[in-house]
Order: sequence, then structure tokens, then C-alpha cells
Amino acid sequence: MDEEYDVIVLGTGLTECILSGLLSVEGKKVLHMDRNDYYGGDSASLNLTQLYRKFRPDQAPPTELGRDRDYAIDLVPKFIIASGELTKILVHTEVTRYLEFKQIAGSFVYRDGKISKVPSTEMEAVKSSLMGLFEKRRAKKFFEFLQNWKDEDPATHQGINLDRDNMKTVYEKFGLEPGTQDFIGHAMALYLDDDYITKPARPTYDRIILYTSSMARYGKSPYIYPLYGLGELPQSFARLSAIYGGTYMLDKPIDEIVTDADGKFVGVRSGDETVKAKQIIGDPSYFGAGKEAEGGKMRVVEEGKVVRAICLLKHPIPGTEDSDSCQIIIPQNQVNRRNDIYVAMVSSTHNVCAKDIYVAIVSTIVETDKPELEIAPGLNLLGPIHDKFVSISPIYTPTSTGKEDDIFITRSYDATSHFETVVEDVQDVFKRVTGNDLVLKKRDVEVQT
Amino acid sequence: MSKQYQFKLVLLGESAVGKSSLVLRFVKDQFDDYRESTIGAAFLTQTVTLDDQSTVKFEIWDTAGQERYKSLAPMYYRNANCAVVVYDITQTASLEKARTWIRELQRQADPSIVIALCGNKTDLEARRQVSQEEAKKYAEEEGLMWAETSAKSGEGVQEIFTAIAKKLPLTAPPSARPGAASRGPGARTGVDLSKQQGAQGQQEPCNC
Repeated sequence: MDEEYDVIVLGTGLTECILSGLLSVEGKKVLHMDRNDYYGGDSASLNLTQLYRKFRPDQAPPTELGRDRDYAIDLVPKFIIASGELTKILVHTEVTRYLEFKQIAGSFVYRDGKISKVPSTEMEAVKSSLMGLFEKRRAKKFFEFLQNWKDEDPATHQGINLDRDNMKTVYEKFGLEPGTQDFIGHAMALYLDDDYITKPARPTYDRIILYTSSMARYGKSPYIYPLYGLGELPQSFARLSAIYGGTYMLDKPIDEIVTDADGKFVGVRSGDETVKAKQIIGDPSYFGAGKEAEGGKMRVVEEGKVVRAICLLKHPIPGTEDSDSCQIIIPQNQVNRRNDIYVAMVSSTHNVCAKDIYVAIVSTIVETDKPELEIAPGLNLLGPIHDKFVSISPIYTPTSTGKEDDIFITRSYDATSHFETVVEDVQDVFKRVTGNDLVLKKRDVEVQT
Repeated sequence: MSKQYQFKLVLLGESAVGKSSLVLRFVKDQFDDYRESTIGAAFLTQTVTLDDQSTVKFEIWDTAGQERYKSLAPMYYRNANCAVVVYDITQTASLEKARTWIRELQRQADPSIVIALCGNKTDLEARRQVSQEEAKKYAEEEGLMWAETSAKSGEGVQEIFTAIAKKLPLTAPPSARPGAASRGPGARTGVDLSKQQGAQGQQEPCNC
């Protein structure tokens, strides 16, 4: 540990591992440490032993659940959008060679007390119970408008200015019913609340196009998922980093972030060793998250909380056509909330649990002091729940850019159902650390001799 | 008719026993006396042709230094069909380390994995600390293959990989065997991310 590094990275969550990989490829000398003896931090996938150690330390996993090693239970319920930014990073860095992906079989939306499939083909759309006949015609016109939109061709704009007009104006132009708006804004544009309606329509347009192009890519849903769980993602980027010279240390207690008299980063102390570097990147848990500031600086603040319930089921979710995996979105309006409730389910098809077990995670942004009651509408969709592990996680965000002190802190994993905001965080931290925008280059994989 | 099989091979062993050099000799028939720790070379392939003209393609995973502080990811062991655990015949401690790695493999890897224990650096015979008898006895007790090599001279290198290829179960393509899905090109069962957008599925991008 007596060497000096360019960058020390603390925590092996996906955000930190992507950064570590990208910085190593750029030629930086990286030391990557984690206090846990496993990869993934808050975005890890755990086997049963690790899951019980985390949630029920006094209890051993029941043997009836099967072999420990068959399990990889995600702590954060997220899927990869097929045409999204994470996919681009995976392809450009070629970590795809370490991974194998499967589709998520279906996407569903809750409306008027029951769930319906988000149509993935025109045939499904015609048969869908989500809209009446006339509404279907109006929706068709709306989607044709979006698909045909060309910035440089005013004839395709039908009098709408995406950068100035808000989404409400667009919905009204096509006469879409509130239920259809719910479906479009929440199940397709994947907004968690309704704030987008009164904002310019451009970002919503972008999100709907991302959704439909992702849906068209593999057919069943807009999502893909790595075999053996999301925890494979940080591992694959950690390997990329290691191949480019990154040094890895798991199971390493981090006792102190050492700074100089001006508060600038100097090094990291673990026990009686201190290792020095020019810059440090880390997840909020290494920078006082959840603790009172001890005379020092408050480096992260809580933005809100997410409640997540990991549910083990012995059957597929009712009403999902026995899908081996799915997402169900409960738009906030449907259950009188401000934020949507999400259900994300995967199963043995994805090598994350024993055969005939289904793992569903129900989550939402906490709005009251009884978070577990808030997710009840989601839990009620699951049928009998064999076992349930509930956690309430604060979402932390850094208080400074790191420009002054060379301390660069990442954000906690939010309540969105995908990784797009994780990539935004990666791009943001990358720019703050290097001073340059993240440009994805295809890397050379030939052996250097 | 000749058949082609593809297997994932992982290398294990203490730092500086010559894991990367062994692969470099096997794959490129090269040796570098002052080789730095593994950088940028952790995924190589090499094909071995057997007597019956069938070919075995090894997809070789090097540790990329992640073994140094016991930080190898579970991904490394996942679906490995065979492992070469390397020790340095001039360092007694490296055989002890090899034993630890073999225990780790027995714990983490698929039970059907073929493991070869490999004593490297036979070109340094004068400085030998680990006797052939000792290593061989241990390998026999644990049911491992065993051989000695010199990545520097090339002695025994081709032989050990060929011996592994012969020992692997060639009854079915690896991708068809449960728990051993190959990740090689052409053997994938999942979706291909690199595929051009819209190449699959002819439906309109619009859902309605």
C-alpha cells in the first residue's frame, strides 16, 4: 500500500466500477477498495448467506430454499433499457464479453384495479384493454406524430414546439384521456411523478422514443437483464479496470479520509496504513452518509428515501401470463400517491434463484412515516409471499463538486427502474474528475507484448 | 467429420508464478523476461487440435492481478470448465498458495471442473524447492492433473493444455451442457447487445 495512486475509488457499486474501469483505460493508476468482502456495494447481488447476514444476522437461510450458490438477489431493482446509455457503455468497453443477457419478458401497467400488458406490437395494441376504440385512434395519431417528428422539417411539427410547449399542450392537441396520459407518462416515458406534464415536451419525447426503440430491439419488453444478477455488472467493469492495471482490495476497512490543512484530499487510512492519491471517488457511505458531521464538513445530504421489499415467491405474478420476468408500474394517480410504485420480477431463467422461485422487488419513494404500508398496492399484486425482506434506504447526494478538495462523491441508487440516471452520474463524476467529457471510444483488445 | 468445442479456462496461483507467461507461451509462443504484472491481456483464445481432428478452443481468463489481495470476483469462476493452478517450483510457499486456490475452486466452481496443477519455471532447476514427488502426491490425493512447465523454454506448455483438452468431456458441445453455458461468440443463448438497432423484429417502432 506504500505506492501513490492517481485515483482511489471507494466502494464497488456499479457507478464506482464503471468509473474505475474508464479511468484505468485512460491510463490512470487506480486503487479500488471496498469494506465488504463482495463486489457491488449497494448494487450487489447477494447469495442467501449474504442476504441473511445483511437482513437477519441471527438467522441461517432455510434449507428448503435450495443451494446458496444458486442465488443472486439484487439489492436494487433495476433493468437495463435495451437502447439506453448503459448498453452503449457496455458495448463500447466490450465488457459484454464477460456477460450474457436475457430479455425481461413483459412490461405491465396497473389501471383500475388490474394489470394490463404494455403493448409491444401493433397486434397487442389493437387487442389491449388499456384504451377504447376511439382512444386507440387518437393514441395512434399521437404516436405517429412522435415517430414522424423531424427537427428540421416544420411540416412534421403540426404546430407544436417541443422545446417551448409543455406536455399538457401535446396531450390536449391529440385529445388523450387522463388514463392514457398516465400510461404514456409513467409506463413509457417512465416518469415517477407528474411534474413532467407542465414542463417542455422535449425530454418526454426523447424518453418515449427511447422506450419504443428499446421495445423494437428485442421484441418483448424494452429491458434486458444480465444472467446471474445485476451484481455481474460492477464485477465486469472491475475486471476491465484490473486488466488496465487497476488494483483491487476487498474486505478492507476504511477508517479515515485524510485531508490537509486546507481540507484537500491527501489519502485514505485503513488501520495504521495510509495510502496516498491525487483524487478520490467514492459512494456516499464512505463520506459520512447517515452520520452527524463531526466538526468536519457535511459531505453528503439526504434527498429522500426509497422503500424496497425483496419478496420471494413460489409462483409467477398473477395476471402476467406466467412471465418468467416482468416489470409492473403502478402510476401514482391510480393509488392516490405522488410517486409511482414499481414491481420488478426475475426468476431462475436469469440464474438468480433456485428453480420454481420468483424474486419480486416492490419499491417506491417514501412519502409517509409508514413506508411499508405505501408499497401495499404492489405487494397485493404478488399473490402469496413466501418471504419478504424490507429495507428503507436514504438517497444521498454530494454537497460539493469536489473541485476544491479533490473528493468526488457519487449518488445513491434512486427509485427509477433503469440505469439511465446511474450513467448520468458516471458522466458527471467523470467530467469533474478528469475535466473532460466522457467520450466512448472502442478500445483495443489485442494483447500487448 | 471434425468437431469444435469451446471451453472457459481460468488461471490461478500466487502473483509472479508465471501465469501470464504460461498463457503467452501457449497462445503466441513468446516469452518476455521482464514482463510487467498483467495489463491489458486478460482474455485470450487458443485452439488445440486433437488426434481425431476435433478442435478444442480455450477461452483463457487471466486473473488481471485481482488475486493479489484476494479480490477475485465470483464472475471469474462462473462456468469455468477447466482451471490451471500454477505454482513456482523454486518457491515452496507458492505450492501452499496453490492448495488454497484449489480449495477455493472446489468451493466456488462447478463440481465437474477439470483442474490441472502446474509447477512452472523448470528452467530454474538449480533453485528447485518443490520436489516432483511432493506435488504429484498432492495432485493424486485431490484427483488433479499435474505437470511441470517452463514458460521460458516452452517445455511442457503445449502438453499440459493438450492434456486438459483430452480430459474435457467432449460428449456434448459445452453450450448444451447445463451450468456450463459458453460465452464464446456463436455460442450465446441470450440477446446480442451489439446487434444493430431494429435488426431484430420487424414491427413498427410505435406500439399503438
